[in-house]
Amino acid sequence: MAVIGSGPAGFYTSYKVMSKIENSVIDMYEHLPVPFGLVRFGVAPDHPEVKNCQDKFQEVAESPRFNFIGNISIGDHDGALPLRSLVPHYDAILFAYGASRDRKLNILGEDTLKGIYSARAFVGWYNGLPEYSNLTPDLTQGEEAVVIGQGNVALDVARILLQGVDVLRSTDITENAIETLKKSKVKRVRVIGRRGPLQAAFTIKEVRELVKLPSVAFHPVDTSLIPEDISKLPRPPRRIMEVLKKGGNASISTAPRSWSLDFCLSPKSFNPSKVLPDQLGSMSFEKTTLSPDPFHPTAKAIGTSEIIDVPSSLAFRSIGYKSEALPGFEEIGVPFDNCLGVIPNDHLGRVINDNDGWSTSGGGAQIPGFYCAGWVKRGPTGVIASTMDDAFSTADSIAEDWYAKVPFINQGHKSCLGWEGIKEEAREKNCRRVTWEDWKKIDKVEKERGQENGKEREKFTRVEDMLAVLD
Amino acid sequence: MSSAIAASRGMPSLTKLTSLYLRVPSAKAAPLRSFSSIARNPGSLCPGKPGNLISHKPWTTSNPPRYFSASAVSLHGHVDPPKAGEELYVTFIDKEGDEHKIAVNKGDNLLTIAQAHDIEMEGACEGSCACSTCHVVVEDEEMFDKIPEATDDENDMLDLAFGLTETSRLGCQIVMTPELDGLRVKLPSATRNMQASNFGKK
Repeated sequence: MAVIGSGPAGFYTSYKVMSKIENSVIDMYEHLPVPFGLVRFGVAPDHPEVKNCQDKFQEVAESPRFNFIGNISIGDHDGALPLRSLVPHYDAILFAYGASRDRKLNILGEDTLKGIYSARAFVGWYNGLPEYSNLTPDLTQGEEAVVIGQGNVALDVARILLQGVDVLRSTDITENAIETLKKSKVKRVRVIGRRGPLQAAFTIKEVRELVKLPSVAFHPVDTSLIPEDISKLPRPPRRIMEVLKKGGNASISTAPRSWSLDFCLSPKSFNPSKVLPDQLGSMSFEKTTLSPDPFHPTAKAIGTSEIIDVPSSLAFRSIGYKSEALPGFEEIGVPFDNCLGVIPNDHLGRVINDNDGWSTSGGGAQIPGFYCAGWVKRGPTGVIASTMDDAFSTADSIAEDWYAKVPFINQGHKSCLGWEGIKEEAREKNCRRVTWEDWKKIDKVEKERGQENGKEREKFTRVEDMLAVLD
Repeated sequence: MSSAIAASRGMPSLTKLTSLYLRVPSAKAAPLRSFSSIARNPGSLCPGKPGNLISHKPWTTSNPPRYFSASAVSLHGHVDPPKAGEELYVTFIDKEGDEHKIAVNKGDNLLTIAQAHDIEMEGACEGSCACSTCHVVVEDEEMFDKIPEATDDENDMLDLAFGLTETSRLGCQIVMTPELDGLRVKLPSATRNMQASNFGKK
């Protein structure tokens, strides 16, 4: 089986397929020379315990039945392999490549003003993702920042901006990010959402962590959006409301920095600074009301036409990630739902035909041998535990299909060669494969570099530097 | 191939054994390369092991598997076997309803115990209370009350757990004490896995 992507979805699916199907062999393709996807590039550096799952992935990767094929992307460009070249050599292909794009607001000023960043880019930058190594965010233009969106990524961004660099020094955050954060002038962060606290996507651990930061004050939330009697709420929202109502310990008048959760505001425009016309100076929001029941998790935000301006020299767009189709999907007959940003599937990981309404009916004929897991299967939400459950359900489907003898790819005339059948073409296309042993060398050097600075690791932020370790 | 199938058929009974340092005869299944070689890797840091997810259902002869895993039961040596007379007992009820009664030491936590005995429990964060993958449901309310109360951190993780109940806890946070002798916990089964977990019965 070929697995496209080396994040938690790819690894957890591989792990269970390998333990359920004797002699199954996994070739895992990753476009970077380094594995682990969002565990490396998404999980916040000050949450190292969440990254412990890497040990399990390491164990999976050490199997003689597992081949890491790093530094090879899928596509038709130089240095990449087209998807069609993989198909003849595998029984199954699992798509677990996640969500590589972020959603945009498409409002005035978004593409023209300085000081507006996607949270994905910012998170990628401080986590050393090569794609964003040159982002160099300017955190010195003012004291007020806005994060648009109220998911956990938004709270990660707020926390990184607010908690002070000392906490981060021993983590695997990039040295470059530490230098930039040291110069930050940000003192006030507003985390803004269109809806209310009972509709917000953040989870309790992240919000509690921010509320509890010692030298960061939390502005009280608008209590009209919280039911008077929260004891009737289901346990998870009830406990979040308790945290929000209780608030933090730091005093707003004396704490050096502060933050707030601002609800019921829909972004309308990014406005230029009066002093520097190409720099963000404020944002306009339309106030919303929640309908029909403001305390129901599915309440919708309705515009009120009342506009307010929020001063901000820095804005982070954090309204969700989005998956894209891989180049070559059409050619090999794999559908993609551009609207939902997922591969149509039966909710158990089997890729199915893209009929109208597949996502609610789960209907559509199975496309033999193609499976998906993780964010490209169910959309870009959830913590590692949910990705694990989801990956396991895909692996169960693969094993079930295998034992039920349903058709896979190349039924009857398969080469079963896997990478062995492809590597010659890869060489011709100037692909340079990074093996698991190679990654371990990069890993070792990163850890050594980290040790020099008293850090867990100092990541290479450029692909060239990663590969230079192997020369 | 036949030896591999035979080994896998032996699995259900093997998983019920509680003796430590048990080794599945997977070497006999050679030339199949199995996962157990990984689990024995001395460099391995993870208490989990690749085989511990599988609940092997016996296959009927009319429907033999295409091939099956002979991996699994090599053990990590993170829990010591209890001394005679000092055993505490804990029973895990797995997703299939099968009971696994295990003799353990005072001080062991349920995640470590489960992983050392091939019970289907994951610990993605390795017991640092940063995920909800080791969620268990304590069967008896009175016993639940004897467990020291969950911290905010644990409850925050439980709030994200699938199938949360009034007596839910994280396995990594339940430490065995004499008061908890005879504890019985259920592993919650995710409904989305139901279809998949039933396939062996077809």
